[in-house]
Amino acid sequence: MFPEPFRDRLATRVDEFIQLTLNGLTLGSVYALIALGYSLVYGILKLLNFAHGDVFMVGTFIGFGTLQLLGGSADPVVPVWLLLVLITLAAMAGCAVLGVAIERFAYRPLRDAPRIAPLISALGVSFFIAYSMQLMFGAALKNYDTFSLDGGALYFNGFDVGNVRVPLIRIITIVSAFVMMILLWLLVTRTRIGKAMRATSHDREAAAMMGIDIDRVIVFAFVLGSALAGAAGVLFALRVPTYATIGFLIGLKGFTAAVIGGIGSIPGALAGGLVLGFAEAYTQGYVSTRWSDLFVFVILILFLLFRPQGLLGKADIRKV
Amino acid sequence: MSGGYDDELTRPLEGALEATTSEGPTSPAVGRDEWVARHGGNRVQRGGRLGTLEERLRIVPWWAWLATFTALFALLPVVSDSGYVRRVAFDIAIYLLLALGLNVVVGWGGLLDLGYIAFYGVGAYSYALLSSDHFGIHLPTIVSIPLIVVIGACVGFLVGLPSRRLTGDYLAIVSLFFLQLFLTVTTNGDDLFGRNVTGGANGLLNVDPLSLFGHELPVSKDGIFNVAYLYVVLVAFVVVYVALRFVNLSRTGRAWRSLREDALAAEVMGMPVNWLKLMSFAFGAAIAALTGTFVAALNASVFPLSFSFPLLITIYTMVILGGAGSQAGVVIGAVLIGVLLELLRDPGDSRVLFYTIIVLGLVAAFRLSKRLAVVLAGTAVFGLVVHSIAGAVDNDWVNGAGGAGGGVSDFMANWVIVPTDTASWVAPVSYISLVSLALILTLLRGWARLALLVPVLYLAAFVWENVMLSKPEPTRYIILGVLLIGLMIVRPSGLLGEKRVEIV
Repeated sequence: MFPEPFRDRLATRVDEFIQLTLNGLTLGSVYALIALGYSLVYGILKLLNFAHGDVFMVGTFIGFGTLQLLGGSADPVVPVWLLLVLITLAAMAGCAVLGVAIERFAYRPLRDAPRIAPLISALGVSFFIAYSMQLMFGAALKNYDTFSLDGGALYFNGFDVGNVRVPLIRIITIVSAFVMMILLWLLVTRTRIGKAMRATSHDREAAAMMGIDIDRVIVFAFVLGSALAGAAGVLFALRVPTYATIGFLIGLKGFTAAVIGGIGSIPGALAGGLVLGFAEAYTQGYVSTRWSDLFVFVILILFLLFRPQGLLGKADIRKV
Repeated sequence: MSGGYDDELTRPLEGALEATTSEGPTSPAVGRDEWVARHGGNRVQRGGRLGTLEERLRIVPWWAWLATFTALFALLPVVSDSGYVRRVAFDIAIYLLLALGLNVVVGWGGLLDLGYIAFYGVGAYSYALLSSDHFGIHLPTIVSIPLIVVIGACVGFLVGLPSRRLTGDYLAIVSLFFLQLFLTVTTNGDDLFGRNVTGGANGLLNVDPLSLFGHELPVSKDGIFNVAYLYVVLVAFVVVYVALRFVNLSRTGRAWRSLREDALAAEVMGMPVNWLKLMSFAFGAAIAALTGTFVAALNASVFPLSFSFPLLITIYTMVILGGAGSQAGVVIGAVLIGVLLELLRDPGDSRVLFYTIIVLGLVAAFRLSKRLAVVLAGTAVFGLVVHSIAGAVDNDWVNGAGGAGGGVSDFMANWVIVPTDTASWVAPVSYISLVSLALILTLLRGWARLALLVPVLYLAAFVWENVMLSKPEPTRYIILGVLLIGLMIVRPSGLLGEKRVEIV
């Protein structure tokens, strides 16, 4: 039907598009996990947790440390699937502890302070964590080197879409991110503590009067958010080397995803993460790798101008 | 109403309030409500000798303080002819200007501007583009500086624009993203639509020096730093300081303060809240841009990485430490942090500084009480015991190069453990235990706290000698981060800031 060269070109185009979509999906699911952490905390405390990106970074480092403890990628002492599960769980647990500590020592004393005070404290926490990691482990890149696992099985195995191979490592990232988001969704909508979280987010004072332990709910939000950030850290660092100050930029993107999706909303975080992931992947593929941050910024500005409540958020009405 | 009112509490505030309060509570000034007139002078008073001293010092007018400070600063190059001291003085003067500008946004406007350093960069890059061989444009300084100030203000205005309807958090994130964007554009600007605009990561070189009244100011004179640059920046500092002082006392300044206290209430009172926010944003940006020109001219070059996040946090710490909202406080904060960061560069200086601060901190916490003696003696004995046990087990544990320097070096060498070579796990384990124990310490009370304090102090000395001393850069930033968190919790008003009372 079509002339031969045109068909070839079209096929290359389609393959490229599929590849970029896949990249966007992987990136977007990681962003969505980070955005959830921002959303959970923002929904309840109305606090922009600047340190969240650095919790993510600590997650990548804990994963790296656990990987080395278990023998490294070249010669792991446990089967590959167990290795992946263990490093993810270690990062989630470590980050949850860190999140609770941050809340207890940096935010709780400032809960009734003017709004700008916890924000500045959060900046201090972010800076403290990032440079503490640099002090302890140096500024060099930490590479998980997942390519050595099982002779590259994570990269060579998988299934094909058209001519594009979807490697196992991307499937793992996307599927685990989605599973975690579904679990979180169930937790928030179906359990008692989830109900308490929703109530607290709706009106903290009224919730306290109804007998909800606000401190517990806030700590729980930090545990959930930080554990998700830890998981996101491992999923991200499986493919990309990490370093001590990576949290700044990733945290910024995660927050942007939360704003785009509608801060405080769980499906919103997913939608925002995916929008951001696709925007970045397509910009890198079709325009230039150097300018992808610019496009993300433009998207953020457009949203703030025309739909400040985000894709799935509710408009914020202030009562006096 | 005047029955329960204590006249002793009415003391003249500085500046504009002085006239009204001295007239007495019965005759409020025009445009001032009776309650404000009567209560304007109320503030928290420190008791004892310190309080009296504070009252005495309050009589000295602000311009006398400013003149003394500037004169001392200007005399620095006369006292010392080392190029290093002059360069440090210049850097601190730059910090002063930057902190004054940030104070307008954070201290007066109450906005969290995380893109502040980008405006500083905009100023530096504008100067570099307008006076260098890059495009062959060589504007005289007298033209370029006002132009750059206007450019800075306009960019600030534009960045603030999208968040005008939104809360402070969104402004923070937009401005932070703007900083990131600025770095992206400058780093990749060597290929902007095929043209080299910003020189990319290599920056712009061969930027012209400042030229004043037809004379070019060479960057270095007789091989050392040209003092003229320090004086130019000091003049700019005085001009900015005085101008901002008058702005603060003007209608706009009062409006900013009301905005900071309660934006919603201000809006209901009919103030153009968005316009005021944008104005404070633009004011800060203009001052930052002005500062950028001096740095670009002195360094004769600009690089993207000079305008990054760590510098932003440094300036924030200065403003918060000094007291957001107080110009004098911000100046003190900038000098303190500037000197601190400079001292931390040298291992010998930083060691002395570290132990001095620890001892001073203990004195401040316990005063000259029995508990202070217990803690100090306990820590000393604890260290000697631990050191001798470690030395008895294995001599390599205590023989490392370190613990030397300062008058107490002999004692130090027998006190703190410095192994000859540390395993890679020592740094993370000791540092994480130090942080965790220090956090637990804040939860304890009474004797338990004293008992834990002794090992924590010793561990701090261990971490300092073995981990932090060899890595000055992360150490500086860790100290800044801790300062920010601690200040926000313990004393959010900083050294000289006004204590703020939340009215609910």
